[in-house]
Amino acid sequence: MAKKVHITTTVNGEETEFLCEPRQTLLEVLRDDLDLTGTKEGCSNGNCGACSVLLNGQVVDSCLVMAVEMEGQEVTTIEGVASADGLHPLQQKFLEHAALQCGICTPGFIMAAKALLEAEPNPTEERIRLYLAGNLCRCTGYDKIVRAVQDAASVMSKA
Amino acid sequence: MALNAFDYAAPQSVDEAVSLLQKGNGKVGILAGGTDILPQLKENRRKIDLLLDIKKLPEANVLSFDASNGLRIGSAVSCSTTYNHPDVRTRYPALVDCSSLIGSVQIQNRATLGGNLCNASPAGDSPPAVIVLGGVCEVIGPNGQREIAAEDFFTAPGRNAMEAGEFLLAVRFPAPVAHSGAFFLRFIPRNEMDIAVANAAVSLVLDGNTITSARVAIGAVAPTPLLVAEAGAALVGQTISDETIEKACVATRAAAKPISDMRGTIEQRVHLTGVLTKRAIQGAIERAKES
Repeated sequence: MAKKVHITTTVNGEETEFLCEPRQTLLEVLRDDLDLTGTKEGCSNGNCGACSVLLNGQVVDSCLVMAVEMEGQEVTTIEGVASADGLHPLQQKFLEHAALQCGICTPGFIMAAKALLEAEPNPTEERIRLYLAGNLCRCTGYDKIVRAVQDAASVMSKA
Repeated sequence: MALNAFDYAAPQSVDEAVSLLQKGNGKVGILAGGTDILPQLKENRRKIDLLLDIKKLPEANVLSFDASNGLRIGSAVSCSTTYNHPDVRTRYPALVDCSSLIGSVQIQNRATLGGNLCNASPAGDSPPAVIVLGGVCEVIGPNGQREIAAEDFFTAPGRNAMEAGEFLLAVRFPAPVAHSGAFFLRFIPRNEMDIAVANAAVSLVLDGNTITSARVAIGAVAPTPLLVAEAGAALVGQTISDETIEKACVATRAAAKPISDMRGTIEQRVHLTGVLTKRAIQGAIERAKES
């Protein structure tokens, strides 16, 4: 077995250390070693987006990132989205619009939508649908998700 | 889904990377974006002893343009970094066409243009555009650096022209000349996140309404992406007209040697090759007129 590697990284704003085997993905370490189980495993090959996290502010599939690459990087997971004052507008609007049913895809959608709204505060519906194409939902039919993101965008741009 | 055990190295110098690759004796996987190699490892289509991360190599992280040397894109530069770069957006829109179609945003934030070339999928989104733009692959190995023209880089499905012990450091493109334009498009049965049924790219140079130079490439219709010299020749020296464009389409349809599979039939792919060639020529002409 390959030697474990000591990694120091920032997860949800806090300096975090872990030991990982080189064969472990970021997704595995988040869920199994750091107990951040909000990030979900779906397809594990980069098609479904359930494991989406922000890596240095950019949305990525954590199943296709190796944990050993994380030295000195900054990771944000769904656990880092709400603040002490309450839910993030995206989380609030997903609830209000009932933009989830089984919920497995939801953390990934929130992370991807967060990356979108941080880069583009007022995206069109078409842009939202295109940007979220890497996140699959088998329950909602997507309309409620798109409306939740649109509503969150309008709340956030007023704030 | 757990991976089999391997070691990991992220060398900071090309010499060290070359030496690790050589010592690895064929059991080394190069990691840039990881969006192809990690699924391959998970599906046991590849077995490695060492994952060699090239993202710490300064030479693989270059993204620079100047009027005399053109554009250089290091093989560790992500697709999103590439298509967001102002010089790429204004001077190489065909690279924006293809790199913004590779997978989802999540994939584009990791996957690299160089990795897309090395993966050598017959249906890859970037090869036709890189070929028509005159891309040159800068390859490094134990015998030093050498260059491979993009049209010679693809040898079979999943195979490229690099020898054992070599890896791709960067792709270089000549600076675009005045009144030139290039365009890439693909056909998929949905709007995004799919593998091309057929694709095509064209670059050309105009003198008024006369095409003075042209390159045409097609993909997903042969074991490798193809530069179709006959299609370029059909355009050069001609005035823009439907008849001229149709001659180039006849040439690409003749060059297409597709298979029938779950994505499309031979007949559909040959037909699409003509349609996409025509649209790529028209798109390239529009861009050449604007430039």
